[in-house]
Amino acid sequence: MTKLPYLPETPSQTAGPYVHIGLTPNALGNAGIYPQDLGAAPIRDGAKGERITIRGTVTDGAGMILRDALIETWQADAQGIYPAPNDPRGRADPNVTGWARIIADFDSGVWTLETIKPGTVPHPSGDTMAPHLSAWVVARGINIGLQTRIYFEDEVAANEKCPILARIEHKDRVSTLLAKKTGKGEYWFEVKLQGEDETIFFDL
Amino acid sequence: MADAAAQAPTRGPLVARDRLWHPPAYAPGYKTSVTRAPSRALIAAPSTLSEETGPVFGRDMLGEMDNNLILNFTGQPAIGERIIMHGRVQDDQGRPVPGVLLEIWQANAGGRYRHKKDGYAAPLDPNFGGGGRTVTDDGGRYEFLTIRPGAYPWPNGPNDWRPMHIHVSVFGSGFGQRLITQMYFEGDPLIARCPIVNTIKDRSAIEQLVAPLDMAAAIPMDCLAYRFDITLRGRRQTFFENRPEGL
Repeated sequence: MTKLPYLPETPSQTAGPYVHIGLTPNALGNAGIYPQDLGAAPIRDGAKGERITIRGTVTDGAGMILRDALIETWQADAQGIYPAPNDPRGRADPNVTGWARIIADFDSGVWTLETIKPGTVPHPSGDTMAPHLSAWVVARGINIGLQTRIYFEDEVAANEKCPILARIEHKDRVSTLLAKKTGKGEYWFEVKLQGEDETIFFDL
Repeated sequence: MADAAAQAPTRGPLVARDRLWHPPAYAPGYKTSVTRAPSRALIAAPSTLSEETGPVFGRDMLGEMDNNLILNFTGQPAIGERIIMHGRVQDDQGRPVPGVLLEIWQANAGGRYRHKKDGYAAPLDPNFGGGGRTVTDDGGRYEFLTIRPGAYPWPNGPNDWRPMHIHVSVFGSGFGQRLITQMYFEGDPLIARCPIVNTIKDRSAIEQLVAPLDMAAAIPMDCLAYRFDITLRGRRQTFFENRPEGL
């Protein structure tokens, strides 16, 4: 059989419990290497759109809150444009960087993201995806980063039309992707790695 | 300067990951994975703009010592075996991936991490922080100067020791290419015994994480070198153009 010339992707390994040394050294208390941690905020002052705060936890299959989880999020601006040179639709809001790196609090395990609510983004089919943030979760015990999405429970009409949410066969699981509104501009999003109400993870 | 036309494309759909090549989520030999592995199947679909775009990091954000772990903590040299870790970031067709952020972290020469949760008996090195970063050049190349990390024990089995390793985090041009892995060192007898290494089922996939000694890149009377190339998830060629590029 002829071997195709494609190179296999470098295999993943767990980020381990000491991921903060490399990715958030200042938050860990290891000041002195970099002036500040990367991804501390996905927006700057003056970013257009609705300011929101998303908080949450990551829990394991035994119901224990992870204190060593790290989450990165990637999102569009309020118009639904990604702040990346490879978004073919033009320039995003210059005050939106779109990417954040957040860690669970070492004591409580709660993580907090302050950002703006993203706009809708077109799907390859021509349909429109509901407002969402892409989230990537790594930690000790996670062998390959888990991809999920944070949608918003108050975007009912957009969520109903989202082609990615429509792909989910078990409709009762869609709610695991919806950030719950807990106040004006405040949301709660729990990542449950395993078991009851397990969060939907994607292979996109 | 590499030929720009030969570089990895930054637009287009992502090639699906080979999940039999990567480690599975549930790998009971690595005990923590037992309660941290999803029990339901992943929801699969072709990539969208949300995975095909991603953040960009310029070389201008880097400090002069960011990729020099021997000196970047206090300015005084760390203790240990001085090594260059270098290589190339490439796509599935071997095309260089320029301008991507690489971050590494590791234990010191004695296997001790500068982290408040690490209580191993080996001492901290006052001049070693253990973190570094760089951005690949136009040819997709990168290099770090560091000390070779020590092996260390961990509470998994009753006598489990991690092989010498350096953690590596890499970005591509799309958030769906995001990857964290670990680099191991050629000839380390602990590699074959490690439950984390052995979460990977395919022996040739494990070999992809073992960096060979690279005497050609060593600096005589100064430091040894190890070579670690990284292959990112590729982008699919669009054979039938029935839609605008990237959408």
